[in-house]
Amino acid sequence: MEFDVPDEPYYTESHEWIELIEDTVRIGITDFAQDELGDIVFVELPAAGTDFDAGDDFAVIESIKAVSDVYAPVAGVVADINEAVESEPELVNEDPYGDGWLIELELDGDLDTESFLSASEYREQIE
Amino acid sequence: MSTKRPQLHEKHLQSGADFTDFGGWDMPVSFDSIQTEHAAVRDSVGIFDVSHMGEVTVSGPEAAELMNRLTTNDVTALDPGDAQYACILAEDGTIIDDTVVYFQPDGEEYLFIPNAGNDEAMVDHWTDHAAAHNLDATVVNRTQDFGMFAVQGPDAVESVQAAAADSLEDVSRFSTRETRIDGADCLAARTGYTGEDGFELIFDADDSEKIWDAFDDVQPCGLGARDTLRLEAGLLLSGQDFHPEDEPRTPYEARLGFVVDSSKPFFVGQEALRDADNPDELLVGLELQERGVPRHGYPILHDGEQVGHVTSGTMSPTLEVPIALGYVDAAYVDEGTSLGVEVRNRTVAATVVSHRFLQEHRE
Repeated sequence: MEFDVPDEPYYTESHEWIELIEDTVRIGITDFAQDELGDIVFVELPAAGTDFDAGDDFAVIESIKAVSDVYAPVAGVVADINEAVESEPELVNEDPYGDGWLIELELDGDLDTESFLSASEYREQIE
Repeated sequence: MSTKRPQLHEKHLQSGADFTDFGGWDMPVSFDSIQTEHAAVRDSVGIFDVSHMGEVTVSGPEAAELMNRLTTNDVTALDPGDAQYACILAEDGTIIDDTVVYFQPDGEEYLFIPNAGNDEAMVDHWTDHAAAHNLDATVVNRTQDFGMFAVQGPDAVESVQAAAADSLEDVSRFSTRETRIDGADCLAARTGYTGEDGFELIFDADDSEKIWDAFDDVQPCGLGARDTLRLEAGLLLSGQDFHPEDEPRTPYEARLGFVVDSSKPFFVGQEALRDADNPDELLVGLELQERGVPRHGYPILHDGEQVGHVTSGTMSPTLEVPIALGYVDAAYVDEGTSLGVEVRNRTVAATVVSHRFLQEHRE
């Protein structure tokens, strides 16, 4: 099965994507991850202003068949959350890179892009 | 123990299904998405490969006696071709398994359906009991020989009728008829595990492909949708909503007293059930008031104190709210009682409702 892996964002081995937008990063889960989870029925996001270290679990995504934590790929403070996915969790299935994004973090420092996977590296991982 | 596979394992794999281990069988958990499959069964029709279910035949002069001693319902009430739901109990009155008992249309043989992975233990139980009480009956495990599909949904009868050689529309609920589908013999039983009308088809496993292909215009469904469908209907899952070691429950605790015929002269567990019809804990349905998914083992709370636990739960695709089954202290089982479910260190408000969620929803 072919999964959508757009070229622009960076990726993690744990199936999150990170997109740099000026001083903040937008984070979501990949097409592969949403497909693995199946029908997503509940998304729990942190409050704006919450601090996270890289590797902390910042969100919970529940599908009918499983519950999964989502990990912060970078340290930062929650600048914004996507409230739409709290009321319509299926957005994460339908548009994981677009309307189904999860949170935006204000970065502590610069984004160390070397620590992430590129689109082509991520494609290899999920093959 | 090696993993068993249904005859159509390769075919399901080719069609892109995801698989899961269930009762020692590698079975399709979904073909498309659980919600798509669930909706097909509620709105029109879906087909499930349930060849992991056990099949055991019991024949001989004392077959009825043996069946009646080992199941809670009264098999002597069955006419040829009829079926009944029953529990199989341990001596202490707790449920080992639940089953459907079919009295074959020829009136010669009983067929019962243990849950996946329980067939061998049930055959031993039957054989040992027959030997211990000198009952003349032949018990045969046919699980590997038979395939089983469930065609379920409001359009299921029409769909099976279109494929079958005989008239089936007048087969009543919990009754069966022998027919042929694309030349293959099968037993069509008006039973199911979804809360919808439909048939379960039992046939020679070698005819699996022929019969599956006769329904190629019907949505294939996996065990994921089977679970959400049965849960909405308030049907219990053996091994999860009761289990001989992990969740030992009497039929009364599980609200299955309607399949216990205590007027029978004897059945295993009868003595233990004699004064057990007013248990300390009872199965309830719960509807959560906020989003969150109640799952197996989550505590059920009243004013912060644990009064029970969840055995099954899901986000109900039909009701669009989270629902759960669980056992609760009998003081808190009245419908409308406010309880909570502890979902990962957070208490989510819940209300006790009828465990027949779907039926209530439709009324």
